[in-house]
Amino acid sequence: MTASLAALLVLILSAVLLAALMVTAGVFTWAERRILGFMQERLGPNRVGPFGFLQWVADTVKLITKEDAPPAGADRPAYLLAPVLAALPILAGFGVVAFAPGWTIADLDMGVMFVMGMLALTVYALVLGAWASRNRYATLGGLRAAAQLLAYESFLGLSLMGVVLIAGSFNLGEIVAAQEGGRWFVLVQPLGCALFLIAGVAAAHRLPFDLQESEQDLVAGFMTEYSGMNFALFFLGEYLAVLLVASLAVTLFFGGWHGPLLPGPVWFGLKVAAIAFVFVWIRATLPRPRYDQLIGFAWKVALPLALVNLLVTGWIVVGGAA
Amino acid sequence: MSWAGLFAVWAGSLALVAMALAVTRPNVVHALIWVVAGLLSLAAGFFALGAGFAGAVQILIYAGAIIAVFVFVVMTIDSGPEAIARERGWLGTGWKLPLALVVLVLAPAVFGLAATAGPGAPTPVSPVALGATLFGPWAVAVEAASAMLIAALLGARHLARRERAP
Repeated sequence: MTASLAALLVLILSAVLLAALMVTAGVFTWAERRILGFMQERLGPNRVGPFGFLQWVADTVKLITKEDAPPAGADRPAYLLAPVLAALPILAGFGVVAFAPGWTIADLDMGVMFVMGMLALTVYALVLGAWASRNRYATLGGLRAAAQLLAYESFLGLSLMGVVLIAGSFNLGEIVAAQEGGRWFVLVQPLGCALFLIAGVAAAHRLPFDLQESEQDLVAGFMTEYSGMNFALFFLGEYLAVLLVASLAVTLFFGGWHGPLLPGPVWFGLKVAAIAFVFVWIRATLPRPRYDQLIGFAWKVALPLALVNLLVTGWIVVGGAA
Repeated sequence: MSWAGLFAVWAGSLALVAMALAVTRPNVVHALIWVVAGLLSLAAGFFALGAGFAGAVQILIYAGAIIAVFVFVVMTIDSGPEAIARERGWLGTGWKLPLALVVLVLAPAVFGLAATAGPGAPTPVSPVALGATLFGPWAVAVEAASAMLIAALLGARHLARRERAP
């Protein structure tokens, strides 16, 4: 009986988290457009509701009522599966995030690895969407996506292993607990943090790492043929991925829920918002690199740096223990 | 049997169905998607049995990286109606005998395993315990595997080498 009660509680909590994430992603799209607007000396959406705050609601209604028109030659099952694969793994990844002591859906031993795996699975959404559309722009975008996500995943995981070594755990809650008293891991792992944020931007395929959908040369890349709710699901996946990467960065490098005066979840939300803001700022500031530079940087610079970081951290940890 | 055990059996059955579909689909990209589904079901089974590390690695390495490379290659080859018709012709009934043989071999193994399984919930294996086992009693095997990987890396480097212009 207690087991089924616990299972029911987890189900209810998951539903609450799901709803909260949907709303947060919607508000984030509005916030991003306003911030981008101010950074580019224009206003951004400011008509629907106070300060345009309800713009995301209007957008959602529009996207739901819009017709979806798959190309005649498209592979229907794969075409419909791809947008779902963009959003679902990211939502699952939030299941292990620790928002405050005990505030986690699944307190998994393998939290870090699980989130990394879920981020890795999003590559199928991009590649499958591109392939199923039977569109040359989409195919080019899909090829770029596959090569880029593999390259950046390779050091995404390695850049986190220094933190795992120091904290001695893969569990996100325990990693946060190890940073109590202002001992944030960004202070001892600055290189790991920088590499993780770079890989995180690439994993969420945001500017400047969005060559798979770069409007100027590929129309919209892998999602050229998508419209309506399927289009919206791709975007939901992208914005949720930004939030997931930001949550992971806060958990691993910026002390998670720790902070003075305010309660833990508030600190967590503020820190995630700050990192999400940096993501938008980067988008407004940096141009896209050339594709060969993008891939070359991942394999020739970032991966060796991540390995060196792990090696040195390992020496220090083992030396300190001995 | 415990809930976790039941879930593991359920996940394992899903993996079997997905893998059988992977073999019998004429469209190669669909087949690969079924392979991914099978790998994810296996990972779910690992989680249910308390082998969290194996489950996470299954998702991260196999589903997230290795099959992604396959999809990358397959995307570039033709999978139009002619290719699918040709594949249908090849599939024919050729897969039924091998499948029967696999069932013949696997069924006793599964029954044997089920007989040895204890009643209660499976005990989770912590990553620390796993690491201590790998680099304790099995250190030589781990080092041998890593030597093989280095050899594969050097081999790949050699094959991909471009001739310098004279």
